[in-house]
Amino acid sequence: MEKFVKHTGIAAPLDRANVDTDAIIPKQFLRKIDRVGFGKHLFHELRFLDYEGTKENPDFILNQPIYRKASILLARDNFGCGSSREHAPWALSDFGFRVIVAPSFADIFANNCVKNGMLLITLPTDKVDALFKQVAAKPGVQMTADLEAQVLIDAEGNKHPFQIDSFSKTCLLNGLDQIGWTEQFKDKIEAYESRWVSDKPWLK
Amino acid sequence: MGQTMYEKIWESHLVRPSEGDVSVIYVDRHLVHEVTSPQAFEGLRVTKRAVRRPEKTFATMDHNVSTRTKNIDLVEAASRIQMETLAKNCKEFGVTLYDFASEDQGIVHVIGPEKGITQPGMVIVCGDSHTATHGAFGSLAFGIGTSEVEHVLATQTLQQNKAKTMRVNVDGQLQPGTTPKDIILAIIGKIGTAGATGYVVEYAGDAIRALSMEGRMTICNMSIEAGARAGMIAPDETTFTYLKGREFSPAGANWNKAVAYWKTLPSDKDAKFDLEIRLDANTLKPQVTWGTSPGQVTDIDGVVPEPESFKDPMDRTSARQALAYMDLKPGTKMTDIKVDKVFLGSCTNGRIEDLRAAAAVVKGRKVADGVQAIVVPGSGRVRRQAEKEGLDKIFTAAGFEWRFAGCSMCLGMNDDQLKSGERCASSSNRNFEGRQGPGGRTHLLSPIMTAAAAITGRLTDIRTFK
Repeated sequence: MEKFVKHTGIAAPLDRANVDTDAIIPKQFLRKIDRVGFGKHLFHELRFLDYEGTKENPDFILNQPIYRKASILLARDNFGCGSSREHAPWALSDFGFRVIVAPSFADIFANNCVKNGMLLITLPTDKVDALFKQVAAKPGVQMTADLEAQVLIDAEGNKHPFQIDSFSKTCLLNGLDQIGWTEQFKDKIEAYESRWVSDKPWLK
Repeated sequence: MGQTMYEKIWESHLVRPSEGDVSVIYVDRHLVHEVTSPQAFEGLRVTKRAVRRPEKTFATMDHNVSTRTKNIDLVEAASRIQMETLAKNCKEFGVTLYDFASEDQGIVHVIGPEKGITQPGMVIVCGDSHTATHGAFGSLAFGIGTSEVEHVLATQTLQQNKAKTMRVNVDGQLQPGTTPKDIILAIIGKIGTAGATGYVVEYAGDAIRALSMEGRMTICNMSIEAGARAGMIAPDETTFTYLKGREFSPAGANWNKAVAYWKTLPSDKDAKFDLEIRLDANTLKPQVTWGTSPGQVTDIDGVVPEPESFKDPMDRTSARQALAYMDLKPGTKMTDIKVDKVFLGSCTNGRIEDLRAAAAVVKGRKVADGVQAIVVPGSGRVRRQAEKEGLDKIFTAAGFEWRFAGCSMCLGMNDDQLKSGERCASSSNRNFEGRQGPGGRTHLLSPIMTAAAAITGRLTDIRTFK
């Protein structure tokens, strides 16, 4: 997994609440057996005017030239709700996003992002509003997410501290192999299995 | 102080408690399907890991299977490759698979319970957000991503932080025409689509106790639509009666041992929840969604709301966006909205009871002119049972199409889709933009109101349907 320590990039505003993972990556693109190449289908229905994805929707934010290289996404409440598809963070990451800032995220989506080296920053609604205003006033401005210091530095240099659980932070900072981390408890897993099965033989 | 059911299951599954990092919990059952697993098996191959407990892992094909044919060669290429990849992976890693041709193939959340794979007190995971369905048995069941699927395959455990607890008390009793689907839609409408984020929800109260297992599954199924990690209902005699004698249920002396254990699971009387919510079933009316999020829901005898009537500015914006997408005007009576298609099925409402109730509505009537109505049983077993009872004849005589089992038009990964601009009355769980097909418009409702919409060609109040 790719490490995440600190990232500076252009912040693109996606001003919609409850953006679901069907919107992030529609189902017709889930019929693949590998993890690569999902970025070109990111936000397909919002981004393109036709089903085939040949005509860009000029009104969609990520089609504006200034945001084609955006790597920080400003979003609204409950971002990533719905389906558990990890194709959603795969698509966001493949497009180039490393950081998403929103007032709240859906649970499974948040888990999936950590597994893919993406940082989700949860900030109060009024602060997110202020960030939206900054990019509206000056499209293309950059922001910096510093995971070690747990702070987002906005376009005007204001520092916004954010919370993250310590394990997710460790995973991101070190690009941790999470399966490998759990495997260090192999003895405990084995002990659990023998105890659990002797207590509850029907669960074998 | 007493413990909640969630806390009991959590504690009994702790392999390694958090030491300021994260807890490792044991997984009793891992359900796998073709869409969210290929990359996980590939990960195992690359890192030379095995499936730790193949006997606790069960796979099926449901998301992109055709519901028109059982011939895999007739299925569109990308879907076929995904199904063949699952078959290859299950063979290589020793996992039981109910494949496309199997009599028992079906939606993963329908076949788990009906085979007795799902049992009280278990931790059950699946790479699918509707895994909470299994919580209806008093298990802790939730959806995971593909990286976590790989983690569970490799270690039979999952890294988890403990969730907060919420209890939703549904008092009173359901009135004629209202169903478990109406309960859960009303709960989502009340607390919002992120109202339960960070929580495991336990559904309790007289109205829940009175429900069959099928009804309880419908409620737990849509917990994710309120943002919850999981939904659960305490096991009781209804649960035990359902499970007795099923293929994977405990048998012989183990049955009594299991039941004795299951009876210890319900939340203690003095257990404290972080949040408690109440809903009155006595006054609940049949529900229907008007927007593009399951929380955008109203009574069937209500009207499309005026976006400006919402207090929160973000809700106003969302309502405006939803009405534009749905092509609806504020003030329109819900029962004046015409539909083009009708979908009866899904892991929410594709079980035998749903089909029985819908067939009773349809019997002796005809699908309205210009409406395409399909019935997609949740599993091969549901389909066979329905045929045994003659339900298929009732549906086909009315003009419904009688299909094979699968997820079908709930998410439109196969060829069952809405065309742009088409409007659908659907017994499924999500009305997101494009969910049932690009540009398609979805109204979520109960299976009986789905059936009634097929007959009248418009959203219909089942209480006045004649």
